[in-house]
Amino acid sequence: MEVGRAGLYVYSDTELDRAEGKAIESLKAHCQQAIPDPDKWLEEELRRNVLLTSVDFMLNWARRSSLWPVNFGLACCAFEMIATAASRFDISRFGMEIFRASPRQADLMIVSGTLTWKMAPQLRRIYDQMAEPKWVLAMGACAISGGTFAQSYSVVPGVNRIVPVDVYVPGCPPRPEALLYGIRMIHNKISKKSLIVEG
Amino acid sequence: MTVALSAKEIATRLEEQFSGSIIESSQDSLVVKSESLLEVATFLKTTPGLDFDYLTSITAIDYYDYFEVVYQLTSIKHNHSLVVKTRCYGRDNPTVPSVVSLWRGADFQEREIYDLMGISFDGHPNLKRIFLWEGFQGHPLRKDYL
Repeated sequence: MEVGRAGLYVYSDTELDRAEGKAIESLKAHCQQAIPDPDKWLEEELRRNVLLTSVDFMLNWARRSSLWPVNFGLACCAFEMIATAASRFDISRFGMEIFRASPRQADLMIVSGTLTWKMAPQLRRIYDQMAEPKWVLAMGACAISGGTFAQSYSVVPGVNRIVPVDVYVPGCPPRPEALLYGIRMIHNKISKKSLIVEG
Repeated sequence: MTVALSAKEIATRLEEQFSGSIIESSQDSLVVKSESLLEVATFLKTTPGLDFDYLTSITAIDYYDYFEVVYQLTSIKHNHSLVVKTRCYGRDNPTVPSVVSLWRGADFQEREIYDLMGISFDGHPNLKRIFLWEGFQGHPLRKDYL
């Protein structure tokens, strides 16, 4: 070993190789046994995933977590519904990003806009084609009561004349937040459903 | 920009061609007798220099004493326009000749006027209600409809 000009120790190549060999031998001596896998979490995972609940809760949870609305827009409210479905308000947060073009695959009907008497038979037919269980949301003043056109010769004064309505969302048109709130109300309603029929 | 032709000047030409066909005329519009409507319309569509090849819209107004049907004509070729009106009387069955044979676009608009105003269009190929349903009572855009 020599002492360098700045007073630092300078090792020769052989010395460095020897030190390296010593370290490897020491590690090898210490690593003759395999380290056990950290598998304690497996038990924990099982413990966290086996839940006890009621059939009602399970069924309602499944239903409300993937409500599929039928693709049905009547008037200007439909654009707020479209905005609700698009990225900014993002209806898919509630498991309902797919607006079905076929009523057979949908379980929520958002009546978004003015319903005329001429359109009323078609609305009723789409409702009838939806499979049970199904829910109806009346969106906006026109769907609720006919709105401005309540006295008109051609407008249905409230879609509850044609189909049973679960939730009414007021506004002209309602903001997407209001529609989302209405949908949350339907979720709440679904949560309270029970398989046991009373009476 | 579309140039609105002087209806007064065109009315003078029409009066030369079909005497007695014009009821009145102003700078903006001219009123044609409903009996002469079809020949006047044919003239406006086919005469070189006028060439009203496009019917922008038809609408109707209820003036209690009579109904007025308003035709907005445009020439795409020359980029000019003209407003022609005609009148029909009586509230039971007011009738105006149909212009569907000249402008196919008149089809639905004449049906709309028939539906909401109750004016019949003589010679229309399929004159029935378009917005309201078969069996609807009355014509809602008439002033006396309540």
